[in-house]
Amino acid sequence: MARHVVGLASAVASGERLVAEVAGRKVVIFNLGGEFFGLFNRCPHQGGDLCLGRTTGLVEAGSEPGEYSYTRRGEILRCPWHGWEFDIRTGKSRAEPGRIRAKTYEVEVKRGAELFDGPYQAENVQVKVEQDYIVVEV
Amino acid sequence: MNRELPTRPVPESTIVRPVIADCDIHPCLAKPSDILPYLSKRWQEHAMTYGMLPRHGYQSGPAYPKGQPDAARLDSWPPDGRPGSDLSFMQKQHLDTNKVELGIMTVIAPAAGAAQNLDYSAALARALNEWQVAEWTSKDSRLKASIVVPYEDGKAAAAEIDHWAGHKDFAQVLVLSRTAEPLGQRRYWPIYEAAQRAKLPIGVHAFGYGGYPVTAGGWPSYYIEEMVGHAQCCQSLLTSMVLEGVFERFPGTRMVLIEAGLAWLPSLGWRLDKHWARMRDETPHLKRKPTDYIKEHVWMTTQPMEEPEKRKHFHDIVEWIGIDRLLFATDYPHWDFDDPLWAVPVKLDDAARQALFLDNARSLYGAR
Repeated sequence: MARHVVGLASAVASGERLVAEVAGRKVVIFNLGGEFFGLFNRCPHQGGDLCLGRTTGLVEAGSEPGEYSYTRRGEILRCPWHGWEFDIRTGKSRAEPGRIRAKTYEVEVKRGAELFDGPYQAENVQVKVEQDYIVVEV
Repeated sequence: MNRELPTRPVPESTIVRPVIADCDIHPCLAKPSDILPYLSKRWQEHAMTYGMLPRHGYQSGPAYPKGQPDAARLDSWPPDGRPGSDLSFMQKQHLDTNKVELGIMTVIAPAAGAAQNLDYSAALARALNEWQVAEWTSKDSRLKASIVVPYEDGKAAAAEIDHWAGHKDFAQVLVLSRTAEPLGQRRYWPIYEAAQRAKLPIGVHAFGYGGYPVTAGGWPSYYIEEMVGHAQCCQSLLTSMVLEGVFERFPGTRMVLIEAGLAWLPSLGWRLDKHWARMRDETPHLKRKPTDYIKEHVWMTTQPMEEPEKRKHFHDIVEWIGIDRLLFATDYPHWDFDDPLWAVPVKLDDAARQALFLDNARSLYGAR
């Protein structure tokens, strides 16, 4: 794994993103409340540019019908094409819970019975802040 | 929304995109007033004073909010205007990138054929046809237009088809799926007669305004119910076309069902054949069983196509319908756009791919 310095962490405020080329591929880097995460800029479903998608949260059902809560504000990315939703922290898709079929999903089941993952995972990359610089490992 | 560091232009990996035909592309007006130059003074004033009342009650715009703004890919908004309104943007983002050799345009908004004022319906249809030639087909020969017709007025619709018959830029006649009566009924026959005369296929695109609930069970709660409801709407209209004897009376009819799914067709055919075998004396004008007409006269576009739980079952669906009946479509610039490289859920062999992505459309739309 090579490490690539892409820029100053201070240039990306919380809630903002940075699009950078790392090893020939576009990467979108997100600052979620001071934590940095990166996704390759290609939707694993049909290839939409993820950097053009909007960030959103989750509308989750409560225990009773009619109870809802809005959670994970700003931590879910919606693809600009078909609206597939990806957890920016893990790259995991939120859709098609019935189609769980890859081993990654077994890991995910441990995260809580309320949370389901779909068949697609946006490729995420390791992003670290080292002495104020954003470093991506590819 | 993004801060972007400078990047070198990188070709899209090593994938070579094959040349395709796209049988559902939606150009649209950048703003409603852009159609005014194509209307006569009388109808300009009408448009500005009264506008268009579509055939459904007490509301403007479509019945259900769409999954994305303007039902479009978020990346398809040109610098000015609505998605699908800028030819050079469309060329760069879609026609060039996806190697579209033949693009069939389907103007579904404004839904001129659904205007309650039938004279305005005819005037607006003519204006949209003029606009398609002036702004699109005359500027890019890959694009072919569909003749927008005032389909609730059969005679006026036939006159519109006659007007454009033989024009090289028009590849089919366009009707929307939600109509005042089931499409096989005789008020619509002049359309089929004129299309047969002009040797043009009839494209029936999902949506429109029939004045009835968008499902056979009434008004549903959600947009997703409208999306899946297109299948039942098109089953009804196709059943009507077959049983009213349209294909028997106008044997040159070639009908393309656009954006309504496809996996439902085999079961509808089986059901029709079964009942027809017992009740054929009710419709003595039919000389052959329903599926014979369907197989000879009906094509379907792919987008948005069903994705069976076991992907291999997609091959069964294709076999039941016939690969020669399927036409690839992207629905650009709408949000449920199908990318030609990734949309088909199974790997087709080369001959099937060639038929689906190019040859079927060439022979259907090229032969006239």
